Amino acid sequence: MSVVLGFLASIGFGTRRLLANLGYGLRLFLRLLALLPGALRRPQLIAQQVFFLGNYSLSIIAVSGLFVGFVLGLQGYYTLSRYGAANSLGLLVALSLVRELGPVVTALLFAGRAGTSLTAEIGLMKAGEQISAMEMMAVDPIARILAPRFVGGLITMPFLAAVFSAVGIVGGYVVGVLMIGVDSGAFWSQMQGGVDVFKDVGNGVVKSLVFGVAVTFVALYQGWRAQPTPEGVSRATTRTVVVASLAVLGLDFMLTALMFST
Amino acid sequence: MESKKIDVWVGLFVLIGAAALLFLALKAGNLLSLNFGPTYDVTAQFDNIGGLKSGAPVKSAGVVVGRVAGIQFDNQTFQAKVKLALDQRYQFPTDTSAKILTSGLLGDQYLSLDPGASSKNLQNGGVIQNTQSAVVLENLIGQFLYNKAASSNSGSSNAAAK
Repeated sequence: MSVVLGFLASIGFGTRRLLANLGYGLRLFLRLLALLPGALRRPQLIAQQVFFLGNYSLSIIAVSGLFVGFVLGLQGYYTLSRYGAANSLGLLVALSLVRELGPVVTALLFAGRAGTSLTAEIGLMKAGEQISAMEMMAVDPIARILAPRFVGGLITMPFLAAVFSAVGIVGGYVVGVLMIGVDSGAFWSQMQGGVDVFKDVGNGVVKSLVFGVAVTFVALYQGWRAQPTPEGVSRATTRTVVVASLAVLGLDFMLTALMFST
Repeated sequence: MESKKIDVWVGLFVLIGAAALLFLALKAGNLLSLNFGPTYDVTAQFDNIGGLKSGAPVKSAGVVVGRVAGIQFDNQTFQAKVKLALDQRYQFPTDTSAKILTSGLLGDQYLSLDPGASSKNLQNGGVIQNTQSAVVLENLIGQFLYNKAASSNSGSSNAAAK
């Protein structure tokens, strides 16, 4: 009897904790959105975060974009040449990068490179009781610490995704045109004929913006709710990567279904 | 001084990002070729539009003069009703003929306009009367095989008669 009751109680406890976490996350999210205009009035704090999140991520994003472009060029040529359509290589590379790979891979790298450092930073601040100290001084830690990082991540992601796609197209050009010998004019003209500025490039930018919000928010939330111990911070950092990556992939499927279904 | 340095780096980062976006819009998306100029609408009826899609270019003498604005099925005539948005700068005579062509062997289909000789020009809401449907490859192959079979049949029967 007590086993059954204990089982029921564990289900109830799990549900209650899930709901509490969801509510806490939603409230934090709404709080951050409400603090957006206030955070924009202090551009110096945001600039520091853009520098920290953006400039330091630029090298890994550019290098990954280049190599993804190389691989797309090689694999795309291999498949397209079977159908005698190697001239469409530019279109294939550009569409895959602008629509999917640019935003998604950038967001995954961003979660690994920038999201983890956000979580660790905030978790350690909490462990060192810096956040409690700020509350003692009547400084709102959400407005002073979380909001600038949120805005910084939001600004950074679309630019990083654009750099990724642009460098990737150049990588596809290097492999496809310079190494394999696809006609340069066909490469660019097929691309320009098939890529729509608003439907493809614009939707890619919207996607990267949504991913930026998701990854940055997950990282901030995990840091904010981390157990203030070394073990708790390490666990929160791991959760950031897992949750943010899954969120990006799930959101990507939904956004693609909404944007490109017609 | 420290904050000044950060500002410079952030400015550089934003500039690089904006340059990448511009590259995507201009080089990959071809923003410059998009036309936001005033257009006028003309309709044309086709027996078969093949693979023509909304947004396909309308060309005359190989130059893009407009876009296909919409395709509908007309349940009265059982034909495809294609709406064209033509650039206001280009005027065409009322007896212009329209045909659906393919760019290259496997390329996209587009609409070609051959101007006629009438002195009056097409107005907004005008109708193009002379149309030529898309070439459906399967029909062409079917016809070819049919003719081939017919000619070889008659050839063998002639030989038998001799």
